[in-house]
Order: sequence, then structure tokens, then C-alpha cells
Amino acid sequence: MKQFIIRMTGLAAIALLLCMNACKPKNAGNTVSADAAKKSYVAPGQYDEFYNFVSGGFSGQMSVYGLPSGRLFRVIPVFSVDPEKGYGYSEESKPMLMTSHGFVPWDDLHHVQLSKTNGDYDGKWAFGNANNTPRVARIDLKTFRTAEIIELPNSGGNHSSPFITENTEYVVAGTRFSVPMDDTNGDIPINTYKKNFSGTLSFISVGKEDGKMDIAFQIKCPGFNFDLSRAGKGVSHGWFFFSCYNTEQANSLLEVNASQKDKDYIMAVNWKKAEEYLKAGKGKKQSVKYAHNVYSDKTHSATSEIKTEVIVLDSKELKDICYFMPCPKSPHGCDVSPTGEYIVGSGKLAAIIPVFSFDKMIKAITAKDFAGDVEGIPVIKYESALYGEVKKPGLGPLHTEFDNKGNAYTSFFVSSEVVKWNIKDLKVLDRAPTYYSVGHLCVAGGDTKTPNAKYLVAYNKITKDRFLPTGPELAQSAQLYDISGDKMEMILDFPTIGEPHYAQIAPASLISKNSQKFYKIEENANPYVTKGEGATKVVREGNKIHVYMTAIRSHFSPDNIEGVKMGDEVYFHITNMEQDWDVPHGFAVKGAINAELLIMPGETQTLKWVPDRVGIFPIYCTDFCSALHQEMQGYVRVSPAGSNVPLTFSLGAPVPKADSVVNK
Amino acid sequence: MKKSFVMGIITLFSFYLISCGGGNSNSGSSVPGSNSEPAANGNPSYDPNRGQGKFTKVDVAPTVDATMADNGNKVYSVKCQSCHKLTDEKLVGPGWKGVTGRNAAEWIMNFITNTDEMLNKDPKAQAQLEICLVRMPNQNLADEDARALYEFMRKNDGK
Repeated sequence: MKQFIIRMTGLAAIALLLCMNACKPKNAGNTVSADAAKKSYVAPGQYDEFYNFVSGGFSGQMSVYGLPSGRLFRVIPVFSVDPEKGYGYSEESKPMLMTSHGFVPWDDLHHVQLSKTNGDYDGKWAFGNANNTPRVARIDLKTFRTAEIIELPNSGGNHSSPFITENTEYVVAGTRFSVPMDDTNGDIPINTYKKNFSGTLSFISVGKEDGKMDIAFQIKCPGFNFDLSRAGKGVSHGWFFFSCYNTEQANSLLEVNASQKDKDYIMAVNWKKAEEYLKAGKGKKQSVKYAHNVYSDKTHSATSEIKTEVIVLDSKELKDICYFMPCPKSPHGCDVSPTGEYIVGSGKLAAIIPVFSFDKMIKAITAKDFAGDVEGIPVIKYESALYGEVKKPGLGPLHTEFDNKGNAYTSFFVSSEVVKWNIKDLKVLDRAPTYYSVGHLCVAGGDTKTPNAKYLVAYNKITKDRFLPTGPELAQSAQLYDISGDKMEMILDFPTIGEPHYAQIAPASLISKNSQKFYKIEENANPYVTKGEGATKVVREGNKIHVYMTAIRSHFSPDNIEGVKMGDEVYFHITNMEQDWDVPHGFAVKGAINAELLIMPGETQTLKWVPDRVGIFPIYCTDFCSALHQEMQGYVRVSPAGSNVPLTFSLGAPVPKADSVVNK
Repeated sequence: MKKSFVMGIITLFSFYLISCGGGNSNSGSSVPGSNSEPAANGNPSYDPNRGQGKFTKVDVAPTVDATMADNGNKVYSVKCQSCHKLTDEKLVGPGWKGVTGRNAAEWIMNFITNTDEMLNKDPKAQAQLEICLVRMPNQNLADEDARALYEFMRKNDGK
């Protein structure tokens, strides 16, 4: 019987293997060249040449990989709680996830943008968008932590975001869902969409030195879906381009109803003109509600503020801001070439790729070469702005990035490939298969003025048989291509967290040199900091108990606390006294309906704990810190409400004689 | 059985600690294994009284500078007190009583500012590590903090 089972299992396994082979698309194996391993190999102890900042999609986080190795270095918590790092669980980090809806523990981060100066990455910040509850986050690249999150009013589904201008003057956030404006009554029939729904584009200013974000203005637009966007650069600096779909303004079964027209639009926005209108006081103040959250590296804590006003410019009333360029068909990607001369639209259902000329567009606007208008916005004639079309490029074009040799690389979802074509003559030069169904792609510096065309990464929506199976849910995948030669060469597959949408690749040297190693304890301005073991204390304030605790290799001070009573709320304020790199301490308490703390050197973090029963509760360090890490532990005694056990705390206090005897 | 297992782990771990010390650069200059040798002993130019670091000659006045010692006390309470008592009792690290008699000013200041390299090279520092088994953290002291701490140690030693 047993033998039978083994034999059957063996047969099944062979059958499965055969099936797996049979299911693989043809030539899946031979697309990898012999020296691929050498090209992506980074020896142990050696550094990668590039950082790759990758959106985590529905994980809500941003991940950091090295290229060409594909090694994962860090997952930066941005829009979702992360119990591993205490993000969203510590008292200090909770305000980061506050919104006008209250505390939101999750979101969907789609696009990553690195800050730019003169059209090139400057290594200061990374931005990410929240697609569900509309927000934009700024990540500090000194600390690889989320420094600021701003919510967006008048929005639903912040998808065409957080794309930025060439000097990071603005981060934009275009709404994917059009919605009724926040100050109007939203309790209306959904099928009054055409009458009552609007799209808004938010222009968020960014402080040159401190990076602080502020919604400078919003532009109220027709009720379309604003899908993706890119800033003009070089010659087209001062303009922004947004792809729009659902110009049919359907409110149901968009799969069919928003695919009716042959052409939707790319909307060109003259933001310099919008600035002029703003200065001239043409904006209208609108009453709204949105959260603005800032993390301070000095107090090691976040603050959240609800703001109540935004200035809105109306595209219908204020001429010369917005123009439509017809674009076939349900455009998704809307990408601008390194010189800023060309705008590439990628219609998800289009059989060609239209390339628009910025120069021709300006001439058409000047000559009023319009085919009419839509809701007061002029529609430029398709041919008047068109530079040319890439013929028969592939099926389902989505996104385009560029190299420094005049070539463009477009991802094709339906035909699962990356296609390289020349911007000038619009001829297809090369095709490389992806496994499978590529969405976004990125070239090192591929959206800057000076791309570094060494590597391209394809971010695939389907993984299927690429890795060892892990049940129904599989890792998403990225594929690395060497694009330094005429032909694209796939050199590596690597799994990613969440679902990767857009990503960016920057030279490691730009960022690694600024990486912070620890926080100076002298500069710690957390109101609950403990600077030295001599300053440790436990203080009762009503039913709140504040524990001012220190951590250093390898003990907490104090590590014995008594006198906590049922009904108390205990706040462990833990200061990591270490002043060296790579020495975080962790902190956890048994039964806490919360997470751990992970406290960086010089930092203070607070864990709230409400004891649920009388007894002895162990506490310990969760991050292996030294040979005696396992000794880094302590106890908290919880007594019944009304007990007369005094509040005491100690470290290394001698054991009373009587107890020692009893224990023997 | 259990005890020897634990000892084994500790021994292994201390090798790990020693071999990965100073590895905060990508230069590959620290060769694993070589650091566990008492390298300094074999190096005739190494001065075990001075140690390894930037301090070659520290000027010490005959009497304790009270202001400096006071500053040293402040630094001590933030960066050192967690592990070092002012008596001769060992806590995590050795107690400070008598430390200025056992070591020269240069050695102490080099050790507290150049901790990793000293722990990798210096025979006296390594002997302490074998007793304490916790590598002293580099607390990133400024030069003047180190000098002030030395003055505070002198005061503590009743000099």
C-alpha cells in the first residue's frame, strides 16, 4: 500500500513536471544568454552599482533593491502599518497614518519618483502615491524612512501621481476617479456623473531645502479618469501632461462603456500659466478637510494636522491652462523624452504608439488649430500635434522610458514584451519577451534628462511558473535586462514584494554617501527621552504610567517594574542609548495588543500597553544585539485594581535575603 | 551537555564578533580570522601603552581640571553609565575605579574613540573582551568628550 502511494506520488510528480514544461511558452529557457550570471553577479561583500526604489503596490510600502544583483535591502513602510518596525504601532509613528477619515492602516502605493534638480536625480527624497485614500508621501533618502504624508481633497484614487517637475517645484496628484467636489453635497445618484462629477489635479509644492509639502493649488477639470502623468522637461519645462480615459464619462461597466471612443486625450497643462492665475488671485478658496503628517528626526515623532482650505483654479473659466490632444485609445502611459521634445502616449487598446511633438503642439495652440472644445477646454487637432506613429509596435502598450542614445523602450502587456524603438525615425529596433505580462518598466535614470542606459527592469503582473510554486499566491516578479548593446539581454529574474508598479533606478553613489548611521543622543528632543540610566524613572499620572526606560547592550533600565494595576495604561518610552551603526534594540511585552518597537540608536519610541490580567509579564529585546542579547529581558508585575503594591522600579537590585532562602 | 553546548555557542559567537569587527566599510581591508590573532603582539612598532588611535600625546595637568571633569560626568551619565560603575565592580564592562592607574591617558582615549580597531588589535582590550564578552559599543565620542571623560576618571580615582 505504502509503495503504491509512493509510486503514485512519483507518477504524479512526473506528470506535473511534464505539464509544467508543456505549459511554458516556447523558448522561455533560451532567452537567457550564457554570460547572464556574470553580468548580474555581485560578489559577497561587494556593493551594487544602483539603488532600485520599487513601489510595493497593494502592500502600501516601497522596497529598495540593489542592481544588478536584485538583492532586497529594505522595505520602507509608507502607507501601511509594519509591525516588524513598529510603524503605525508606536505612539510616535501613529500620526503618520492619520487622514481626514481617521487612522488608515493600509494603502496601495503605485508610483515612485525620485526628487530632481535640473532634470536629474538629486538623491534627496523619494515620493510615493496612495492610490486608495489619496495621499502623497515623501521618503527621506538619508534615513530611508517616511518623512511626510499629505492627503488630497477633491480626489478619488490618486493614480497619476507623484510625478514631479524638473526641479521638484511640484509633485502632482491627478485623480483617477472623478468625484463630486468635497464642498458639494455628495448624496446624489451615481448616474448624475456627467453633471456632478469633476476631476482635479493637485500641484503640491516641495520646499527646496526641507522638502516640506503643501498643496499650492488644484485645477478643476472635466469628470474624466486621469491615469498617468509626466512633467515636461528642457524645452517643455513649465508644462505637465496627463493621460485621460473614460472621456465617455461612464459611471458603470467601464470595461465596455469607457472604451467606446476611438480617441481619448492627453491633457497638456501649462502650470506656469496656472501659477500666474494663482498670483493674480484667480483661484477660489474651497472649504475641505485633509491631513498633513510630518515626522521629525529631532523629536523622533510625527504630528498630524487637519487642514481646511485649498485653492482651486477652474479649467473651464481660466483659459490657456489646459489643452487636449486626442490620443488613441484609452491612453495609460504618457511619457516625455529626455530632451522634452516628444510626448509618447500609450493607448491600452491602440494598435500604434502616437508620438506628439511639443513644438508642434505649441504652434497649434498659437494658431488656434483646434477641432473644437470639451467643457471649455480646446481640443488640438490630432495631426497638428502629432510627430508620428510607431507602426505595429505590439499589443497593449503601457509605459515608455528612454536611454541616452535616442531610443525609447515601451512595455506591452498583452504581447508580454519590451519593444525598443528609435524616437527620431519611429522604427522598431528590438523586442525582448517578458515573463509574463509586463506592466511598468524602468531604465536607470529613464525619466531624467540624462538617462544611464545600462539596465532596464520589467515589472511583470503574472509570474506563473517562473519560481518554485508557493500555493495559489505567488511572488510578483521583476526582470533585469542589459540594454547597453543593440539587443536587449535578459540577465536576471527576481521576486518582489506586493505588486510592483513603477520604480526608479539611481546610481548608488548619489545616495549611499548620505546615509545616516545613527541619531545623536544629545539632539534627541523626544518629550519622553531618557538621557542616561541615572534619569530612568517610572511615573504615575492618574491611570497612566510612563516608563522612562533605556536600552543598551544588553539590558533595559529599569528591568523590574511593580505597582502597575488593572485599569492602568502603560507607556514604555524606550531610548536606545547606543551611538553606533546597526545597533537597534527591539522591545516587546507579553500580551500587548500591539506590535514590537524597533528603536534605532539615539532614538526614543513608545509602546502603549493596557494589561488585561493580573500577573507577571515578561519584556525582552527582540533584535539580536550582543552575545548577551538573550539576557536582555525583564518583568512587569500587574496587581489588581485597588491593590496597595507601591509603584517601584529597579535594575540589578539585590534580592531580599528571605526570598533567597525560600527559593533554595 | 547543555552547558557545553551553550559554551560552544558563546565561543562561536565571540569568533563571529571578533571577525566581523570594524567591518563598517566596503574596503575589504579586514580579513576574517586575522583579527583574532593577537596581531599587535607580533608587531614591534605597536605601542601597547598608547594603543591604536588618533591620540599620541595627551597633556595632563598635575591637578584635576574641575570644569572638564564635570563635563566628563555629563557625558558619562548619557553614554557610559549603563555599563560602567564608578566603583571597581564589573557591571557589563569593568568598573572605573583605578582605571587611570592601569592605563595611560592615550590608551584610554584611543580605546573609547577607536573601539572597534582597539578590540581587534590591542592585547589588553582583547583580554577585557574575553572577560566581559560584550564588545564595547562605539559611542561616537567627540575628541573633547573623550578628554573630559578621562579627566572625570581621574577625579573618580581621587587624583
